[in-house]
Amino acid sequence: MIDFLIFLILVAIFLSFIRFVKAPLLLDRVVAFDTMGIIAISLLALLSVTYKSSIYIDVAFVFALIGFIGSITFARFYMVKDDDVRTDDIKDTNG
Amino acid sequence: MGDITLYIGYGFILFGSLFLIIASLGLLRLPDTISRMHAGTKASTLGTLLVLVGVGFMEPTLWFKLLLLALFVLLTNPLSSSILAKSSYIKNGFYSKSNVDDMKDSK
Repeated sequence: MIDFLIFLILVAIFLSFIRFVKAPLLLDRVVAFDTMGIIAISLLALLSVTYKSSIYIDVAFVFALIGFIGSITFARFYMVKDDDVRTDDIKDTNG
Repeated sequence: MGDITLYIGYGFILFGSLFLIIASLGLLRLPDTISRMHAGTKASTLGTLLVLVGVGFMEPTLWFKLLLLALFVLLTNPLSSSILAKSSYIKNGFYSKSNVDDMKDSK
């Protein structure tokens, strides 16, 4: 039974991996990667039931943290327009 | 008694993985970045929460870590989806078949 549930979650990860590969835009890849991270959290929770060890829950914490920080950073630095970037400071220090 | 909680856990995990598959299908099938984001973050949040509740039914000694993980997912996932949607609106514009654009006035 639990093998079947792990298979269902692997199907979900594979479907979002297809979107990750053939994304037309960069943010599609970021969204697909975020979703893959969230699905991997539940896969790791299922693995902790299968192997009777609670260390997989800690690995799931790390996955959640890395996925959150990664998507926030990507979106924040992608959002900045080109004229928002300040170049006067750089010129001042150089000259 | 143990069997009953085990089967309740299996039911929760089955519902959660179905939600995760629906989220991935929406990620594949929907036409636009913001629509894909709508599918890929909301449905996967609910699916992950259901899977964590099911794991908590199957292994009741892990409940504190599972509660912390569920709170973390519930707090951080809408935040990252919101900032991704804002970034997609600013850089790539809006889906042309949609008529409602509330962000235009708030800029």
